[in-house]
Amino acid sequence: MTQQTLYEKLWDRHVVDTLPGGEALLYIDRHLIHEVSSPQAFASLREKQRPAWRPDANMAVPDHAVPTRNRELGVPGIRDGLARQQVRRLEDNCRDLRIPLINLTDQRQGIVHVVGPEQGLTLPGITLVCGDSHTSTHGALATLSMGIGTSEVEHVLATQTLRTRKLKTLRVLFHGELDEGVTAKDMVLAMIGRLGTAGATGYAIEYAGETVEQLSVEARMTLCNMSIEAGARAGLVAYDAVTEAYVRDRPGAPDGAEWDQATAHWRGLVSDPRARFDREEVFDAGALEPQVTWGTSPEMVVPVTGQTPDPRTLPAGARGELERALAYMGLTPGQPLEGLPIDRVFIGSCTNARIEDLRQVASLVRGHRLSPRIKQAIIVPGSGLVRLQAEREGLADIFECAGFEWRAAGCSMCLGMNDDRLAPGERCASTSNRNFEGRQGKGGRTHLMSPAMAAAAALAGVITDVRGL
Amino acid sequence: MQAFTQHAGVVIPLPRRNVDTDAILPKQYLKKIDKEGFGAHLFDDERYLDPGDVDTPLDQRRPNPDFILNQEPYRRGSVLLAQANFGCGSSREHAVWALQDFGIRVVIAPSFGEIFHNNCFNNGVLPIVLPESEIEQLFELCGRQPEQQISVDLQENQVSWGDESWSFQVDPARREALLAGLDDIGITLERAEKIQQYEARRRREEPWLFHMAGR
Ligand code: SF4
Repeated sequence: MTQQTLYEKLWDRHVVDTLPGGEALLYIDRHLIHEVSSPQAFASLREKQRPAWRPDANMAVPDHAVPTRNRELGVPGIRDGLARQQVRRLEDNCRDLRIPLINLTDQRQGIVHVVGPEQGLTLPGITLVCGDSHTSTHGALATLSMGIGTSEVEHVLATQTLRTRKLKTLRVLFHGELDEGVTAKDMVLAMIGRLGTAGATGYAIEYAGETVEQLSVEARMTLCNMSIEAGARAGLVAYDAVTEAYVRDRPGAPDGAEWDQATAHWRGLVSDPRARFDREEVFDAGALEPQVTWGTSPEMVVPVTGQTPDPRTLPAGARGELERALAYMGLTPGQPLEGLPIDRVFIGSCTNARIEDLRQVASLVRGHRLSPRIKQAIIVPGSGLVRLQAEREGLADIFECAGFEWRAAGCSMCLGMNDDRLAPGERCASTSNRNFEGRQGKGGRTHLMSPAMAAAAALAGVITDVRGL
Repeated sequence: MQAFTQHAGVVIPLPRRNVDTDAILPKQYLKKIDKEGFGAHLFDDERYLDPGDVDTPLDQRRPNPDFILNQEPYRRGSVLLAQANFGCGSSREHAVWALQDFGIRVVIAPSFGEIFHNNCFNNGVLPIVLPESEIEQLFELCGRQPEQQISVDLQENQVSWGDESWSFQVDPARREALLAGLDDIGITLERAEKIQQYEARRRREEPWLFHMAGR
């Protein structure tokens, strides 16, 4: 039998037709919708009087522009008039087209990429799209998941398909055992550092190797989430017992006889032993140190024991970019990252705001206080259910005793569409995924790192190696 | 979608790699629910000296005179020239709406962020990939003669500047759609029956995927 990669299996299973120009019409099993990338798609559908092809294949949830305080006030409590209008518009659109919606005061509300897996909307073997580049997250459950633009959102709503071309396959193998204090976030940051932000453009990345096999599904989501930061539209991890245990009993998961039927199908969602990948990269996870970005692109990353690069060591053509990044970040060439004073700490985002991330933070900050140097440290859980769980486990109390602000779920300071933002020049230890200029607020300086490293920075007031804590 | 066949216009050179969509259109403007008026905020963080929001009156903003979009002749440019991985990052189609609203019809770069690249086609903006060496040559040419227009011909798959020309490749399906200004969804819906047949098969084989709503 031909040997196929997981990506190829998922692809073949979902091709409805091949179009004259060579594109494929790919069937989409699940479509997740949020308030920011959808209003123009709905408006255009309405204008052309097109219905939704299969309303119950969609799920909408507001997350990007929503405030993380005063959640009990619901939509009327959104002070920003435009954000309020956007959330209202999402509600209206979903009502009109009979699309299921998790509204702002629903306990299940949260970041779309946290909600999908949590609710069992993301099931192994499916195709899933969302008007958001971090849709790659869902690949951790052996799905083919990709971010799309608003025109494509409209196309999926109207046809339940996506016109697209097959990607090339890249297998990223991690071997060895992670050191204490080193996490999936460090694995993926190190990978982006090596590949570059465009290094995997045109590829679907399958993460494999015994390090990945040892990871929880939540940690695998962190890996898949940041695939897009290496340019890859999709990230994948093969189905295994860990996946099965995660999916079981989720609200959207099959049960009874269907569970047995489903798992029998899902167990084939692995790359065949002799499947060929277009490319392979191998990492020694055992040698990894905690990673911290120093610059304005996720590829500008070094181990916490490292220092900023010196543009003068580069050819003239490549210097400008590094010089610009250093200037923006207020850093000098060859400056050590450790000891750099931090103003704010953000623990949240679809990369790192699930319960395991919060447990990790709690284990480090329990019984300690934020450094007086920190102006603000906020923890924004990935969903209302994560928030509830953290409260049940007593994590929220630990955070508040340590001086953190404990917020309601949403994207928050990951992109600063609500009022959680950096002021110009402020330096932030952030567990999110993008450190672009202005991402967390105009002039703000973002250092991406793991939740453990962000917790360590919060206590020390400076970037510090969590392994020394 | 707006059709694209030929275009001639002033080139805006932006000699930077990895220009992300956050830079092209900052997040505060994503709160709008239509596709209009984004052009004034194209590269907003760099274009104005003061921070702005959707409701900040434009005449109260202070343009940054050092930024290229505030300079002649580039204020009326319609072809953007950039380095590798243009449009990486966020999937926001608003970035393309901003380029388009500003008047940009063509973006030329050695490579693009994938979602951005698709978004361009879906809005009638032509993204052209040329090798690094040719991009460098173009940067040099337009640096010398900023007023000179570049011509882009999608029918001929050709970019020309004075007597020089370069050919480029575009995905044939995308090219055809652009040339005719086709409605993607309409074309897909011609295959509605195939989609239904496919769906029926999946419904039999993986029934658990089809009764989500009540769960
Ligand atoms: S948390 Fe950040 S990266 Fe994730 S969906 Fe929200 S804005 Fe995008």
